[in-house]
Order: sequence, then structure tokens, then C-alpha cells
Amino acid sequence: MLAFLIQRVLQAIFVMFVVALISFSLFHYVGDPVLNMLGQEATEADRAALRAQLGLDQPVVVQFWNFIVNAAQFEFGISYRSARPVTDLILERLPATLELAILSAIFAVVMGIVLGIYTALRRRSWLANFIMTASLIGVSLPTFLIGVLLIYVFAVELGVLPAFGRGETVRLGDWWTTGLLTASGLRSLILPAITLGLFQLTLIMRLVRAEMLEVLSTDYIKFARARGLSKRVVNLRHALKNTMIPVITIIGLQLGTIIAFAIITETVFQWPGVGALFITAVRFVDVPVMAAYLMMIALVFVVINLVVDLLYYAVDPRLRAQGGGK
Amino acid sequence: MLPKKTLLATAVIGAMLATAANAETLRWTRSADSLTMDPHSQNEGPTHSVNHQIFDTLLFQDMDVEYQPGLATEWHVKEDEPTVWVFKIREGVTFHEGQSLTADDVVFSINRARHENSDMRGLLTSISEVRAVDDHTVEIETSEPNPLLPNNFTNLFIMSREWAEEHGVEEPQNYAAGEETYAVRNANGTGPFRVESREPDVRTVFVRNDDYWGIDEYPMEISRLVFTPIESASTRVAALLSGEVDFLQETPVQDIERLAEADGIKNEQGPENRTIFLGMDMGSAQLRTADTDDNPFADRRVREAINLAVDANTIQRAVMRGNSQPAGMIAPPFVNGYTEEMDEVPEADVERAQELMEEAGYGDGFRVTLNCPNDRYVNDEQICQAVVSMLARIGITVDLVAQTRSLHFAELAREEYDFYLLGWGVPTMDSEYIFNYLYHTKDGDRGSWNFTGYSDERVDELTVAMGQEIDEEARNEMIAEAWEIVHDEILYIPIHHQMLTWSMRDDIDFKVQSENTPHFKYLQFNQ
Repeated sequence: MLAFLIQRVLQAIFVMFVVALISFSLFHYVGDPVLNMLGQEATEADRAALRAQLGLDQPVVVQFWNFIVNAAQFEFGISYRSARPVTDLILERLPATLELAILSAIFAVVMGIVLGIYTALRRRSWLANFIMTASLIGVSLPTFLIGVLLIYVFAVELGVLPAFGRGETVRLGDWWTTGLLTASGLRSLILPAITLGLFQLTLIMRLVRAEMLEVLSTDYIKFARARGLSKRVVNLRHALKNTMIPVITIIGLQLGTIIAFAIITETVFQWPGVGALFITAVRFVDVPVMAAYLMMIALVFVVINLVVDLLYYAVDPRLRAQGGGK
Repeated sequence: MLPKKTLLATAVIGAMLATAANAETLRWTRSADSLTMDPHSQNEGPTHSVNHQIFDTLLFQDMDVEYQPGLATEWHVKEDEPTVWVFKIREGVTFHEGQSLTADDVVFSINRARHENSDMRGLLTSISEVRAVDDHTVEIETSEPNPLLPNNFTNLFIMSREWAEEHGVEEPQNYAAGEETYAVRNANGTGPFRVESREPDVRTVFVRNDDYWGIDEYPMEISRLVFTPIESASTRVAALLSGEVDFLQETPVQDIERLAEADGIKNEQGPENRTIFLGMDMGSAQLRTADTDDNPFADRRVREAINLAVDANTIQRAVMRGNSQPAGMIAPPFVNGYTEEMDEVPEADVERAQELMEEAGYGDGFRVTLNCPNDRYVNDEQICQAVVSMLARIGITVDLVAQTRSLHFAELAREEYDFYLLGWGVPTMDSEYIFNYLYHTKDGDRGSWNFTGYSDERVDELTVAMGQEIDEEARNEMIAEAWEIVHDEILYIPIHHQMLTWSMRDDIDFKVQSENTPHFKYLQFNQ
């Protein structure tokens, strides 16, 4: 068990190192931050001085080494754009993204499972067919377009939901802000959560439907029916239980995707989360913020994968057998 | 907008009017937030726009870009001392936190902006000393006579020395320090609005400063100003259409028509202080991207041919949907030195252009790369695409490379371009600024944006002289002469002056300011 754990953690560290290397080398192709930081009256001498101040005149290897050493301590310097510590910026923005991501995930999971079960059980009804067709559209429309369409319908035409921002937020503790406690905060969450969750919803729905159909045709379901159990008990207790095992794995893995995909939704809705922060940083060549964001997303994925692996290890005895221990 | 909403809004406004004569909230949006509240750290439009609400400057440009007294009531060059400017400081002015304004605060602020960490210092390089003569008089000495000195003060905000010392922000933010200073998120000015709260990139709320020195001089009708930047253009427009914001600065060109037709919304338009033009490297012996072994741009006839082939009127009609003003010179109409004759757009003439190409020995044309930004100016990439097809008609095959601003300007600064698109604004409202950056030989601090390789002794001489000549008439003659020379040489291919569009609720009375700086103390509501 310990050997397996150490092996997986080392792998995770290696992945983080590679991400750092890739993101760091990307920054050499995004332009010159110094030009954005100084106005048009700046002279070449001013620019050279600022480059030296930021350590951009040192050899790339040295810059990379400093970056790695600092990143390992969660130190990403200060933003070139707003002159504030990057770690503060990210912590300030994280609650908005997490709140949106979790709400989207709940929306996608609940709706996905309900619709999945429905379309599996009522395979031939027109409503199920309609849902299946609509889900195809949901999968094929790009996220930003869904967002723009929702804004157009619900904010501009009907005037019932806000087009941008988070509404009124309430501060909880030192660094958490929430929009869940005010009416305007809740109303602001609806459109972005739908936009972000729609793709996941269709994915989960189709997965649940497929699994369910498979389970429903197995022998023990037939046997359960033969025993005269009611339809509801058969469908929701026996069939659903077995359907959910692969679905739960997928949901876990999708959570990372939702956080990473929040970039587009946040940009469309001016949602003050880390995704919007990243996009603004790209426009300004705000290297410290970009680097920190990429490392953060990589970390989220690495941790989720690690947890999933360890869970499998705990659940599946076959994996342990290779360990050769007792 | 639904009629029901309009009724509701009217009812709400009515109710508000009943309670207080002028408790009006204005919700303002634009694409970018201010970078910092430190008034001397950044020299950047959106940052200045926010700081102009909180702080005052010695003088400022009103909504007609005319110079108006701010914290200085008068200013003049000292008798018998042409290198000294005297500024009389307004009396009885207090900062938001109660400190009284004295000449000492002005001296402190100017020196703070001259500090090496300040991005404003590029405008103040001529200053050698700033001193307070008494509590309300400041003298500023320059190394050479500088007739334009006051024009450099329109974005130089005055802060309190006492406040700065109390919070340890005597110097502007230093990027290498690794931590933020108090001034990045807190501000104490003398301006028409105080900051109530600020969440960077999310929302900044201002409240009217009822002790403002100009409270009776300006309308000052807004009691609460809420600024929420929205980066995505379609969302920004949707927010105005849905009534979530009242005032939209910098309306995207593609939405101007739609907003003009929308109920309850109007557009205000005016010329912007920015001219868009093409630059050519005429100094190199051989171009980097051309298929010739010489430099076609070095031949004036080729430049003239390009000038005749690039049809600014068609670009205005087809690319800008009418929202631009075709240009013949790189100076907007309100800049000193502008003349209508110079700004005359040459009639597009492909035949004559063809002849010129043949005369120059490029009858079969040549191939060259044009570099463009795609997110800096209005429809920048589309302008370049139009240029590509226009130049194809005279045999010049143009390969277009359009990329994001940070790459475009970085490569431009490294002098890697043969042919490029650039825009230029003139913050000092005087031609000297244009010559200093775009026409003077690239040498040290001067000509830093001249990537054409052009170098003319007389132009350099005139540029330096017009920066120091106190006599207005003599100065204007120099400016006219310099324009004659460069206009005749066709160094750049001017395309147009950008137009600026602001959209707002139609009961708002507010005109476009060409510097793109809204001074909300002027805004009025029509009841």
C-alpha cells in the first residue's frame, strides 16, 4: 500500500513539474509584459530597467529555477497588471469559481440522473425522444453561444435575470464570499450555472441512460420482476444501484473539467472567478497570474486523479494482490 | 425593454425625485477596469478615467477637450525667467479625509510622479525642480524653456503628502517589491467623488463629495456612481439593453446601429484622440519579408502609389460602417498644428498608382508582409484585410500577420517589421508630441515610436525647437514647416481618425469627450 502511494505521489509531482515547464516555455511566446506595463512615453532605458527589476533579463534557466522554487512554496510574485500578490488575487476569486462550479455540478448531476432514468424507462415516448434530440443540440453548441443566447432571452428580452456579475455577495470568514445568501446573488447564479453545466448534464444523462438500459436487460432484473416486485422497487432500487457505480467515477473526474471549463462561462457573464482572471491576464501578458492559474488547474486534476486511484485501490482487491503483501 | 419595466423605472425615479432633489445613481460600464488607485503608478486610459473621479489635476480637459483650471486657478511663465512656470493653487480645498490642500502637496505629487517607479515620469522629463514659494504658489523649473509644460499635467493627480506619509506610500508601487502598497486599493483625493468600496475588476462604488470645491460650478447631479467593468462586448451591450447599466463607454462598432434603434437608449458620438495609419520601413537597405533585393519603400513613388491605392473612404464605408473620419494627417482635428488641407484625403486613383509603380521600377509589383494588431484598435484586423485587397490592385502582394497587441507591439519595438499598422493619440494636444515620437530620428529618448528609419535633420531641428519656443507665433510657424516636410515625403499612410461612441439611457445629457475620459461632474439628467 505504502509503495503504491509513494509511486503515485512521485508521479503526481513529475506531472506538476512538466506542467510548470510547458507553461513557463509558453510565456516566451505571449509577448512582452514590459510594453503593457509602461505607457507610450517610456524610453528603451525605462523598459530595460523594468526588465531587470522583474528579473526578465536573466537566462531562461535561472528564471525557470526561480519560478519552480517559488511555486513549490505557493509563491507566485505580484501581478504585473494590478501590482497585487497573485496568491491573494486567486484566493479572492476562488470562492466565485467554486460556488459556480459546485452549483453547476449539482445541477448537471441531479438533472442528468433524473433525465437519464426517464429516457431509459420510457424509451419510446415522444418526450424521451425529444429530450435525446435536445441533448444533441446541447452537446454541439459552443459554451459561449449558449451563454449569449441565455443572456439574450432572459436578460434582454424578458428582463428577468441579470446578464453579468455576481449580484450582492456576503462575506463569510476571512476570505470566502458567497452569493447564495442574497436574492440577487442567487438570481445571478442561474444563467452561468446552466451554461457551465449543460454539457456535463447531457453527458451524465446519456451515460445513465446507457447503463440503465444495460442493467435492465440483465437476468437478475428479470428475476426480480418475476418475483412480482413492483416496478418502482425494481427500477429504483435494484437497477439504479448498479447503474450508479460507473457514473460516480465519471462525475468525480468531471469536477476538474468543470473548474477548468469555467473560463468561457466566466468571460461571457463577467463572473469574477479565477477563469475570468486568467483571461484578463492573458490579454495583459500578466505572466505571474497565468503561471499560477495553470499550476492550480494542473494541481486540481492531479489531486482528483490521485484520490480516484486510491479509492479504486481501496475498493478493488485485485489491485492489492499484485503488491504481494498479505 | 418592456413597457412594464419602463413604467416601473419611471415610478422608481419619480419616487426618488420626491424624496431627494438629486439622489441619482449612475451605473457605468466599460471593457477594462482601472489597474490601480495609485495615481502615479500607471499611465493608462481606464486607470486615469477612474482616478479623474477621485482626484483633481492642476488643470484638466473638459468635455470639449478645452483646458480648464482644476486645482490651479492660473498659470503662466515667470517674467524674465522663461524656464520657470508659476502655478497659483486654489484656496480652501480639502481632501476627502479632511487634510487641507497646500502648495506642498502639489510639489510632493509632481515629484512622486517623477520617481523612477512612476509610469507618468515620461511626461515630466523636462522638469529640473519643483518648489513651493508659499502656501498657494508653486514654481516649476525646466532645464529648457517648455511652452507645453501645463499640457503634461492633465493626468497628473494631486494627493496629500500627509496621507502618503501616514500610509508609507511616498513612492509609487514598485513591481519588484512583491507586495502591494496601501495606495493600490485606497485613495484620498480632492475630486468630485469619494470611493465607497472597491473590488478590483468587479465593482467600484463612488459617492458624491458634497464638500467639493466645484460643487456649485458643475452640475454634480450624480450622488452615487457604480462602475462595473464588463470584458465581453456582447455582455456589455446586453447589460445596457436590459437596464442593468445606464452608461456604456466605448460601444463596439457592430452594436452602434442596434443601440441607436433600441427604445430608451441613445448614442453620443465624437472624434477620438487617435489616428490610425500604416508605417513602412524605408530606412533598411533590404526588406525582411519582401521578394526584392532592395527596399521598394525607400522610393517615394512607391509610397505615393500606396497612398493612392489605399482608399480611406472605402474603409470608412465598408469596414467602419461610417464610424470613422478618413484622414490625411496623423493629428486629430483639435490638436494644435492641424490643418484641413493636410487632412484632405487623396482621391483613390489606381491607374496613377500603377504608373508610379512602373516609374519606380516595380511594374510587376512585389511581395511584403503587413503586421497588424487584432485587439487594439477598432476593427484593426479588418482594416488590414481591406488594405491587402486594395494593394493587390497595384501588384503588391501582401501577406497579412494579425496578432494580439502584446505580440504586435513587442515585435514592433524590436524593429522587426517592414510594414505595420499603428494608432496614435496626442495627450498634449500639440503637434510637438507627434514629431517627438513618430518623426524625429530614432535616437535615445526621441523618435521612440519611429520605426520607419526616416531621419531628416531639419525635422529633428524643428522638433527640438518647437519644444522650447515660448513665442507662440514662431512656434506655430515651425510646426507648419515640419508638417509640410513630412507630408510631402509621405512617411506614413494615414487611414482615419477613430470615432468614439458612448451609449446611454436617453434621459442622460452627456457628450463624448475625445480623450475618452468621462468627467461625471458634468453629467446631467433631463427630467
